[in-house]
Amino acid sequence: MADKLINVKLKVWRQKGPKDQGSFKEYDAKNVSTSESFLEMLDQVNENLITKGEDPIVFDHDCREGICGSCGFMINGDAHGPQKSTTVCQLHMRAFKDGDVLVLEPWRASAFPIVKDLMVDRSALDRVISSGGYISTNAGGARDANSILIPKQDADEAMASATCIGCGACVASCKNASAALFTSAKISHMALLPQGQVERERRALLMVEQMDEEGFGACSSTGACSASCPKDISLTNIARMNREFLKASINKKPESSDSGGM
Amino acid sequence: MFSFLTSTVGKKYLMGLSGLIWTGFVFAHMAGNMLMFVSPDAYNIYGHNLVTGKLIYFVEGLLILALITHVVLAINLTLENRKARPSRYAMLGSKEKGSRWASRTMAIHGTIILIFIISHLITFKFGTYYETTVDGVVMRDLFRLMIEIFTQPVYLVWYFISLILLGFHLSHGVGSVFQSFGLLHPAYQPMIKTVSWVYAIVVVLGFLSQPIAVFLFHNNGGQA
Repeated sequence: MADKLINVKLKVWRQKGPKDQGSFKEYDAKNVSTSESFLEMLDQVNENLITKGEDPIVFDHDCREGICGSCGFMINGDAHGPQKSTTVCQLHMRAFKDGDVLVLEPWRASAFPIVKDLMVDRSALDRVISSGGYISTNAGGARDANSILIPKQDADEAMASATCIGCGACVASCKNASAALFTSAKISHMALLPQGQVERERRALLMVEQMDEEGFGACSSTGACSASCPKDISLTNIARMNREFLKASINKKPESSDSGGM
Repeated sequence: MFSFLTSTVGKKYLMGLSGLIWTGFVFAHMAGNMLMFVSPDAYNIYGHNLVTGKLIYFVEGLLILALITHVVLAINLTLENRKARPSRYAMLGSKEKGSRWASRTMAIHGTIILIFIISHLITFKFGTYYETTVDGVVMRDLFRLMIEIFTQPVYLVWYFISLILLGFHLSHGVGSVFQSFGLLHPAYQPMIKTVSWVYAIVVVLGFLSQPIAVFLFHNNGGQA
């Protein structure tokens, strides 16, 4: 594709810190190559801001390969921008036209306090993971990888759930800021595999409990989360989470008093 | 079990269950009312048998319980969801199109449907009590009351709006109850979608056919 240069106008949410009011500020991004990624375009804008002695626009990013889940903000009301199945770092400027006005906003959810500008604190998702998103395994020498047999379909389905990178786009695009898609993908990933069976029920209970505790909303099954997910995590994960949670609630055993760990 | 019922997932199970009870009710109500097309007597006898039977107390009790559960949880969930997401975005994204309008506005049509249910009870169940005699049995002439009400244009507009909103409410509710109950699976997801729409359309058209018929064939000042 031929390299083209375009100009776009940015309306960026600027907020100095978690307690600051915040407001939109306009910036011009001039002579942007259509081969640039969206974040590279922002780098360019930031370099100009730094040269002028202004505060650069803060945004989260790391791998820039669409696999780490660090980046993400709203572009014109779309999580990660207009392109389907794409993180904002993998979104290129060829997706936009010369003269476009782009409104950039951070993820908005009570559970995701704004750190600065477009960067939010997503450690709530980490706490959901640490509440139950782990497995028990034998210590000692590594076993042969193929010693546990897993049906191909289960492996595929678990893999599809495991592709969730925890970017938070599902929470951001949900009208209830629900973390159901994220939590259910993590619960599903491990519930589908033999290695995840030891804590299967406990995990469903603990992760849902933590999800609620973090102040995420309930699932209204609108499907907005899946539509904006860069990894196309399916809504069937949420159904599986609900199923697992019901099953675990019915089978719930009283915690034994002498429990040392598991 | 308490922690199940207070979790966001458990509340959705209850929402779905209470919704399903009413889903069954609206269909039965619509189908029963179809007796108006048979004859005024058939309609009145049906109504008479319903209120004089023993089952009515159980069914009414269940419906009231389900309605209270549904409404209380809806208010609770809506408030919690708004707390989870207090501010809106400056722009509505194109990916919002991935979600259907009905699913995003359940609380709004739900409120209107609740107002409709109450007003509907006031108009009919607790409305004017006409009497008629069928085969020597004195019973309430609900048919006459219905003709009287369905020939009022203002009531008809309100009835149509409420019923169409009920259709949207059902189309999302019936479809997503499978999701809430954990029964969604890619294999039968398209079927569930079709079933929920067909169900909503059948119920709404069934209900709407009644005032339309009254308006067309009885529009002569309430003389049946």
